[in-house]
Amino acid sequence: MFDGYTSSELMSIFAMQGFAGLSLFSVFVLMAMGLAIIFGQMGVINMAHGEFMILGAYTTYLTSSFFQSYLPGLFGGYFFFAIILAFLICAALGALVEWLMIRHLYHRPLDTLLATWGLSLIMQQAYRSIFGAREVGVDLPEWMMGAFQVTDLVELPINGLFVMIIALSIAVAVYLLMYRSGWGKNVRAVVQNRPMAEAVGINSAGIDRATFALGCGIAGIAGAAFTMIGSTGPSSGQAYIVDTFLVVVFGGAQSLIGTIISAFGISQAQSTMEFFLSGSMAKVLTLLVVVGILMLRPEGLMALKVRR
Amino acid sequence: MGTTDKNASIRSPGKRPGFRKSLMTLAASVMLATSAQAATPSTAEVNTTDLAVTDDTVTVGILHSITGTMAISEIGSVQAEKLAIEQINASGGVLGRQIEFVQEDGASDWPTFAEKSRKLLRQDNVAAIFGAWTSASRKAILPVIEQYNGMLYYPTFYEGLEQSPNVVYTGQEATQQILAGIDWAVKEKGAKSFYLLGSDYIWPRTSNKIARKHIDKLGLKVVGEEYYPLGHTQFNSVINKIKLKKPDVIFASVVGGSNVAFYKQMKAAGVDFTDEKPLLLTISVTEDEIRGIGGDNVEGIYASMKYFQSLDNPNNKEFVAAFKETYGDDMVIGDVTQAAYLGPWLWKAAVEKAGSFDIDKIREEFAGIEFTKAPEGYVRIHENHHLWSKTRIGQAQLDGQYKVVHETEELMEPDPFPEGYQ
Repeated sequence: MFDGYTSSELMSIFAMQGFAGLSLFSVFVLMAMGLAIIFGQMGVINMAHGEFMILGAYTTYLTSSFFQSYLPGLFGGYFFFAIILAFLICAALGALVEWLMIRHLYHRPLDTLLATWGLSLIMQQAYRSIFGAREVGVDLPEWMMGAFQVTDLVELPINGLFVMIIALSIAVAVYLLMYRSGWGKNVRAVVQNRPMAEAVGINSAGIDRATFALGCGIAGIAGAAFTMIGSTGPSSGQAYIVDTFLVVVFGGAQSLIGTIISAFGISQAQSTMEFFLSGSMAKVLTLLVVVGILMLRPEGLMALKVRR
Repeated sequence: MGTTDKNASIRSPGKRPGFRKSLMTLAASVMLATSAQAATPSTAEVNTTDLAVTDDTVTVGILHSITGTMAISEIGSVQAEKLAIEQINASGGVLGRQIEFVQEDGASDWPTFAEKSRKLLRQDNVAAIFGAWTSASRKAILPVIEQYNGMLYYPTFYEGLEQSPNVVYTGQEATQQILAGIDWAVKEKGAKSFYLLGSDYIWPRTSNKIARKHIDKLGLKVVGEEYYPLGHTQFNSVINKIKLKKPDVIFASVVGGSNVAFYKQMKAAGVDFTDEKPLLLTISVTEDEIRGIGGDNVEGIYASMKYFQSLDNPNNKEFVAAFKETYGDDMVIGDVTQAAYLGPWLWKAAVEKAGSFDIDKIREEFAGIEFTKAPEGYVRIHENHHLWSKTRIGQAQLDGQYKVVHETEELMEPDPFPEGYQ
C-alpha cells in the first residue's frame, strides 16, 4: 500500500498516525479513569458511567450557550470554566446517587449493575425530555478548532492535543490524590480492609461517597472534553461504555496503573490495525486479543496479589 | 329516492302556497342530502374489511421511535406526518372523513416495532400505518403487515432490494441517490478517484456496492472502502489514510453519533471542505444531522438527496412555513422528514382514486398516483411502490442549510433491484 510515496510523505503519515494513537490513548484514559476509581476501588459496576459523561457534555453545551448570550467577550475561555462546572455538577449528582441508591447495594455487585443500568435509562430519558432527542451542537472557540501545522504534511489537531493535556493532568491529579494524600491513604485502607479501617477511625461511609463522587466528576470532565471530538446527545454515552469497561477490566480492576497500561495497549493496537485493515476488522481483532489475554490472566494485566 | 320526491312535487297541484313551499324545501333538503352522500359514500361501501372507519372518521397509525437512540431521527417524521394529517383534515379529510391517529412508540427496538404494528392492525384496525425509519425496523414490521394485509408508508431513503405489496416507499432507494450524485461529481467536478466510507451495516454496504459498480462502469477508481462500527467515535486513523490516498471524492455514508465525531475530527485534522480537496459527497447528512454536527464542521460538503429545506418552489415555501408555524421557528427539515410528509397525502390520493379504504383496492390504484403539491416538487408512484423523484445535490452552508447546486432534469426511475446486486 505504500508504493509511489516519497519517504518524507511516509514519515509524516507515520508521525500523524502515532499522534492518532496517542490521542486515542488519552481518550481511553479519560473515559476509564472515573470508572476505574468506582469499579476498582469500590467494586461498584457503574453502568451509568456514560450518562455521567454526557451530563458533563451537556454542562459544556449550556455553559457555551450562556457565554455566547451573556459574556461573548469571554467566549474564548469558556471551556475551562465548563470543565470545572462539569466536574462539580457530576460529582454532586454522583454523591446524591451514592446516598440514595448505591450505599444500600454494597456487597451486591450484580444488583448495583442492574440499579445503575436503570439509572442510565432514567438519565437518558431525562436528557431527551430536557434537551430534546436531537444531538446538540457545542460551539468551540475559534482557537480550539483546526490544526497545528508542524511541517507541510504533518498537521496535529489542536483539540486532540487539548484532550491529551486534560487526560495527562487528570491522571497526575488522581495519582497524587490516591497515593500522595492522606485522603487517598484512607481510600486505599477502606478498599483493602474495611473493618480494620473503620476500627482505626476512618469514616468509611464518607469515603465511599467521596470516592463515588470523584469518579463521577472525572466522568463529567471526560464528557466535557469529548464535546470537542464526539457527539452530544441523549444516548451518546452508550458509545463509550463498552470501551470503558474493556479498558478497566483488561487493566485489572483494582489497579490505576493497570488501567493506563491497558488504555495504551488497546489504543495503540486499535489505531495501528485501523490503519492497515478496515475499521470493523480492527475492532474485531482488538477484542480477540483482549479475550485471549484475559483467558490467560483472568484478573487483568496488573492484578493485585491478594490472599484469597 | 330523490327522483320520486321530485315527481311527487310536480304531480301535486300547487293550490296552497304554504304546502307547496314546504314541499319544495323538502325536495331541496333531500337533494342536498343526496349530493352530500355522493361526497361521503356510506361506510359499508368504502370499508368491507372491518377497518376503523366510521361515517365521519378514519383511524390511521403512526409508528416511530420517540424514545431510545433512534428518536433523534424519527421525531421529524412524526411531526411531518401529523402536519400532513392536520392539513388533510382541514381541507375536508379523506372521502369526507376526518383522520384520527393512534401513535405508538417503537422505542428504537425492532421487536417492539413488530409488536406495536400487530397492535395497530389487530386491535386498532388502522387503515394505514405511517412509520418505521431504519431498515431493521421495517424488516421487523414486514411479516406482520403482510400477514394481516396492512399498508405501511415508509419514509426513509434505504438500500432497496425490497418490494412488498404492503409497503409504499416514499423515500429514495439506493440507486436514486447514488448514481446521480456520482455522475454529478464526475461531470461537474472532474472526479477520478473515490474513497468509500460508511458505518458498518446493510445500508452503507449496499450503497457502496452500488457506488463501486457505477464507478467501475465509468472507468474510474475506488482507492479505498472502509466501514466503522455504529457509534464509533475515533476516526483519526482513517483520516490519515485518506490523506495518504488523496482521493478526489470521499463518498460518505456514516450515520448517527459517528457522523458528529467524523466531521469534527476531519475539521480538526485541518481539512477544509470548502477547498474541495478532497470533495466530500454524503448520502447521510441532512439538515437534521447538521444540527448535531454543527454548520462550521460541515461547511462545504455536498449531499445527494431528493429534498433540501432550501428548495425554491411554491409548494416547499408553503410547507416550510406551515412546519415552522406548527413546531417553532428553529425547526429544520431534512430529506426524510419531507418524505414522511408525502405518506398521508399519497394515501389520501390512493383512497380517493379507489373510492375505498380497503387495502386490496388501494393497492390496485397505486401505480401512477401523482402528488403535485409535494414540497420536493412533484412525485409519482411507480408500479414497484417506490416514487419517481428528482435527485438534487446541495452544498452545506455555515448556517446548516444546503444550497442546491444541481438537480436532475428528469425524474429518476426507482429501481429497487438494480442488476447484479441480488
